[in-house]
Amino acid sequence: MSLSLSLTVNGIARTLDLADPRVTLLDLLRDRLHLTGTKKGCDRGQCGACTILLDGRRINSCLALAISHDGADILTIEGVAQGDQLHPVQAAFIAHDGLQCGYCTPGQIMSAIGLLREAQTGDDPERVREAMSGNLCRCGAYAGITAAVLDAQRSMADAGRAHAA
Amino acid sequence: MNRFDYARPATIAEAVALAAEPGATYLAGGTNLLDLMKGDLVRPARLVDVTHIPGLDAIEPLADGGVRIGALVRNADLAHDADFARRFPAIAEALLAGASAQLRNAATAGGNLLQRTRCAYFYDAASACNKRTPGAGCDARGGETRMQAVLGWSEHCIATHPSDFCVPLVAFDAIVEIEGPKGRRECPLEHFHRLPGDTPERESDLAPGEMITAVRLPGAAAQFAGHARYLKVRDRTSYAFAIVSAAAALRLDGETIVEARLALGSVAAKPWRAHAAEALLAGAQANEANFRRAAEAALAEARPAGANGYKIELARRVVRRAFILAHAGTPARIQALPASPFATGALRHV
Ligand SMILES: Cc1cc2nc3c(=O)[nH]c(=O)nc-3n(C[C@H](O)[C@H](O)[C@H](O)COP(=O)(O)OP(=O)(O)OC[C@H]3O[C@@H](n4cnc5c(N)ncnc54)[C@H](O)[C@@H]3O)c2cc1C
Ligand code: SF4
Ligand code: FES
Ligand code: FES
Repeated sequence: MSLSLSLTVNGIARTLDLADPRVTLLDLLRDRLHLTGTKKGCDRGQCGACTILLDGRRINSCLALAISHDGADILTIEGVAQGDQLHPVQAAFIAHDGLQCGYCTPGQIMSAIGLLREAQTGDDPERVREAMSGNLCRCGAYAGITAAVLDAQRSMADAGRAHAA
Repeated sequence: MNRFDYARPATIAEAVALAAEPGATYLAGGTNLLDLMKGDLVRPARLVDVTHIPGLDAIEPLADGGVRIGALVRNADLAHDADFARRFPAIAEALLAGASAQLRNAATAGGNLLQRTRCAYFYDAASACNKRTPGAGCDARGGETRMQAVLGWSEHCIATHPSDFCVPLVAFDAIVEIEGPKGRRECPLEHFHRLPGDTPERESDLAPGEMITAVRLPGAAAQFAGHARYLKVRDRTSYAFAIVSAAAALRLDGETIVEARLALGSVAAKPWRAHAAEALLAGAQANEANFRRAAEAALAEARPAGANGYKIELARRVVRRAFILAHAGTPARIQALPASPFATGALRHV
């Protein structure tokens, strides 16, 4: 029996047939939709490389059964820039050297976007580090990552104020 | 992962009917179940996905000042609910000390209670484990025992229950609401998880097919809000399971303790309520000597399950420190590093 699954992925509505309910959101994104920006590190919830936004909230896509999220709205790293204009978090990662090999970076950026939406950390670097602890970086780019998140938060707040004015 | 049948009930009654099938298992956030299925450690014939059942994700205030937490309330939503965090600060702190922000967004209240042990041998399909295969033996005995139990273990299983959330819940007399083939019932959380005895495969009071619908806290729990803390010692400051944790709370009249609450985490197969320590503190002065006596009482029955005797002294110190912090008063805002002994200011009172 094949199962039908509807998702909105980066703004595009998709209906997919699943021959097998075992597929995770991570494998669906990478293998079915060829959105390989979302990375598979551990496949066990232990590294954060697979972080996506599901209905606006960051989760580990490796521990999410795709069929369970029928109807969900998904944002991946491929969907955060506006054409050639980088998302402020992407720009801040470049400006602050928030990466070295780059493998963890899509997950870091999606996690940071989720963190900024949660709006729990304020400008306290200790709270930012704690809130980013679900994303491991084997290259140890943590100092740059924390600076990038804080900087993106400032630039998004400034842009928000300019927009409101 | 084995092949399974997927079912998505729209009501509790439908879910319970679908789960009556042998081999059926409930699916909530999936953060523990999928992990175990990927390792072929759990092989359900059917997954009954409860996440589309409406009405199970509410945080409802109760007339007695308590609260009912729906089984599908996500760990993050509960911790960040301002009213909940104000009245039950040690529970919010414990939730925020668990896993990562991503996992807390997916993990549910019901799933957190029923998460399985993190015993490394349980997770290794090649090891003998009485929990996975009753009667197979226990490779943890005589193996790597650093994280294993010091209370309530048996020769058949020395694993711990790793939840942070459950520790303050049990200290505050939480009640589990259950629905099953035989109807509705409830069970105090203190009696919900089982000690291993000679049936370590039976981890909770749930009968086959029963599901958790909610967790309830009595209004009395909120009376500790001004002096309630969770303290968690782990290998790294965030995104790690506890080695030992404690939830400690006081109701004070001046410097006299009217009532104390204490539970320990990651020391046994269940969140460990320490009634003897609480009784010792009732009517006593809130001072370090008495907190030390309470810590002794809490660990009086402890014995190492191998090379993990260090956890007994560590647990005593965690209890003492947790009471010192609770006595100093619940901070207005949860500290930047929740439940961490390394948080800025956490050492000030010692
Ligand atoms: C890397 C990592 C780190 C973690 N660190 C911590 C930590 O530090 N502290 C901590 O406390 N936890 C930690 N966790 C565990 C996490 O809290 C649990 O995985 C989570 O709470 C489980 O909730 P869930 O909704 O995802 O449950 P699921 O994975 O969906 O289910 C877990 C179990 O509960 C059963 N179940 C779920 N809901 C119900 C219900 N309503 N009725 C009956 N049965 C039900 C399922 O059948 C299954 O057996 C960590 C997990 C990971 C992967
Ligand atoms: S301690 Fe318990 S869970 Fe671990 S291997 Fe032994 S029986 Fe299995
Ligand atoms: S791949 Fe999902 S957390 Fe590592
Ligand atoms: S940049 Fe290499 S793992 Fe993070």
